[in-house]
Amino acid sequence: MEINILIGGAAGQGVETIAALLGKVMLRSGYGLCLDKDYMSRVRGGHNFSRLRIAGETPWCATGKVDILVSMDQETYFIHQDTLQEKSRIIYDPESFSLPQEEKRGVPVPLQRLAKEAGGAVMANTVAVGAVLVVLGMDTDSAEKLLQEMFAHKEGMVEKNYLALKKGYKEASHHCSACFSMPDKKIDEKRLFIDGNEVLGMSALASGCRFLSAYPMTPSTGIMNYLAGKQECGVVVEQAEDEIAAINMVLGASYAGVRSLTCTSGGGFALMVEGLSLAGMTETPVVIVMGMRPGPATGLPTRTEQGDLEFVLHAGHGEFPRAVLSATHLEDAFYRLNKAFYLADKYQVPVIFLTDQNFADSARSVPPFDFQRLNYERHLVEEKGLIRPYQRYRITEDGISPRALPGQFSGEVVLADSDEHDEKGNIIEDADTRRRMVEKRLRKQAGLASEMEEPTLYGHQEPDILLMGWGSTYGALRETVDNLGFQGRKAALLHFSDLWPLPVKAVSEILTSVDKSFCVENNATGQFAALFRRETGLEVDHKILKYDGRPFMPEEILQEVQKNV
Amino acid sequence: MFSPNCFTTDQEIAWCPGCGNFDILQALQEALAELELSPHRVLLCSGIGQAAKIPHYIRVNGFNGLHGRALPPAVGARIANSSLKVIVQSGDGDTYGEGGNHFLHTIRRNPDIAHFVHNNQVYGLTKGQASPTSDLGMNTKVQTAGVILSPFNPLSLALALGAGFVARGFSGETEHLKQLMKAALEFPGYALVDILQPCISFNKLNTFAWYKKRVQKLEGHDTGDQEAAERLARQWGDKIPIGILYQVPAPTFESRIPALQGEAGEKPLAGRPFNPGSLVHLQEEFM
Repeated sequence: MEINILIGGAAGQGVETIAALLGKVMLRSGYGLCLDKDYMSRVRGGHNFSRLRIAGETPWCATGKVDILVSMDQETYFIHQDTLQEKSRIIYDPESFSLPQEEKRGVPVPLQRLAKEAGGAVMANTVAVGAVLVVLGMDTDSAEKLLQEMFAHKEGMVEKNYLALKKGYKEASHHCSACFSMPDKKIDEKRLFIDGNEVLGMSALASGCRFLSAYPMTPSTGIMNYLAGKQECGVVVEQAEDEIAAINMVLGASYAGVRSLTCTSGGGFALMVEGLSLAGMTETPVVIVMGMRPGPATGLPTRTEQGDLEFVLHAGHGEFPRAVLSATHLEDAFYRLNKAFYLADKYQVPVIFLTDQNFADSARSVPPFDFQRLNYERHLVEEKGLIRPYQRYRITEDGISPRALPGQFSGEVVLADSDEHDEKGNIIEDADTRRRMVEKRLRKQAGLASEMEEPTLYGHQEPDILLMGWGSTYGALRETVDNLGFQGRKAALLHFSDLWPLPVKAVSEILTSVDKSFCVENNATGQFAALFRRETGLEVDHKILKYDGRPFMPEEILQEVQKNV
Repeated sequence: MFSPNCFTTDQEIAWCPGCGNFDILQALQEALAELELSPHRVLLCSGIGQAAKIPHYIRVNGFNGLHGRALPPAVGARIANSSLKVIVQSGDGDTYGEGGNHFLHTIRRNPDIAHFVHNNQVYGLTKGQASPTSDLGMNTKVQTAGVILSPFNPLSLALALGAGFVARGFSGETEHLKQLMKAALEFPGYALVDILQPCISFNKLNTFAWYKKRVQKLEGHDTGDQEAAERLARQWGDKIPIGILYQVPAPTFESRIPALQGEAGEKPLAGRPFNPGSLVHLQEEFM
């Protein structure tokens, strides 16, 4: 039992406001929910929509079918009518447009007029929320409390919004009151309703990140927005003139001792690549959140893809160690980004944290996070362990040199160098030192490999069908495995969060014992499958690839799997 | 107690004998000693090029980064540890060419950084191509018919962008240069010293003698007069003014960053204690 609501309209019509309000009402009412956003690269006009899926337990991802369509314009109806079911309902403004005569599922609510009557056209969103609530058979108590919180600081706005809410509620009740029954609630404790970028921003802050420099770029800008709103917590956010400046500023801050972050997307990351190599050579810790979107070049700026895995694995001139982690789902990403900071500090390497628009912009109701699980160990050299004269690049067995900060020890200086250098950090050109330094740096790769987490098998523990994936497809793949299970199939998922160095033990053991294996990726060339083959010599039977800029729906994956088993 | 010797290193210097860089290095070592700055309290950021090798020849903290990228790490370091005295030093190609965008926006930020640009009007390490500041008509292996791009004027640009400290020095006037450096180091905010220097290997036009004949120390100039400074910045040719053209402090970048103010701001960002548990309340707004 679940309810799917799609709110669609032109950019600027308040689609996101309605979705956010409804989402919070559902959260407070004890339902599990997820919300995803589909929007165009424009400020006004076009067609945007948000999908809200409501269930007893928190759903893992959005789905294609729609129970309630909130159609803020006519285009929304025509684009989404195929997703409607027999019993679906369409909330629309009959004074703005008409539905076709044969369409009997309409719930006409004059959104604009009622909003104006309540005190202003801007409250059409609140009218729509009222209409949705009555269609679902819910009362307005939670919504009223929420409006009170939202508008308490604006005189008169609370009352006006109450009125708008009631008007929408009353008007829609003439056409469809409690047309749907809500799912049974299964959640007692408090939940957060939060999206991917907000989780990453919060994790960065709680990981002790004190500096972010970035250039705005979808889909990662939300991280910068989040941190910029939290400067009272002692974080500095600087909007750089370009991504080159962003990563170089971050490296300077990290060298001087602050946990630092930058965030971007493919095009911005391309500009950062030179700096990535600098981080590798100077052994300066840095975390880069790289939110993927479809390329090449500007591509589809506001949409999703997993097309940059190969890019981040190989980015940067020269050979140097790095780690690549990915955001699979909200509950994991909070701790995974902290791990990125930990690895960066411990191994003095760049760590790339891959997300995508699907992860960044999707919100779910999740339990509160355990902040005590976060690591804030800086791995700096202490006074008692200091060997004088200090050498920034001292050659060690594990390749990790003692890291001191400039100004940390009286009488000692810290020299970081992008040229090949000796243990002190001074430029060298001799063959022997070069060879020893290359080997020192690359020895850290073994340490990083030992830190990578093997994926755990989800689903049947002795499966015939194995699905493999990485990053934000986790939710859709998990639901697919559940659905295959309901059909009596022995199916399981191996989903990778840590991508490089690739942990291959679990998958190598199981792959040969299954009948059919599938690698599911939001890209056109199967980049993870290729990495997997390179690292293990093993090949998956089928690749399920999607590269239209949209996230996978579980039903699409299910269909493809069924075709091939 | 402080002598220029505190700042010397054991490195073999890779500059050409007779290069103006030696004089600039000496002026810097003397300036730091006279200001009694301990080596571990100073950070010198540079890019890539002959001038940018300077962190290896002076004993202070150093971040020898990428070509054109000397300024952004310095800005980051200032945010992380505002107790460090931060200097940026690189050549004209690095600063005004590859790093042009960072130059513009660092001036706008106004961080407390002293910026010493070794301006020899030519590319040294890549062997003799024109730089942004090369004079019109200068022949090189690439600019075979002479430079056709008008020269970049760093002083005019810095003044136009509102830089609070704008000066020009000459490597052949070491004592004068040292005074300029000291003033820049003591200036609260971004301070540019564009330093003319001969490149004995590749610039056959702007030689030591060429500069020596033309440079004139400013006398009786009001450093608070922006229009006069702008006129002086445009002077080039027979007479080239050296000295402080403009010096008027404005609020620094650091003084306008919330996290660096108040009681907490007294301790550098890098040294503040932190406990993840103190931020659990961040979750409330999502409930």
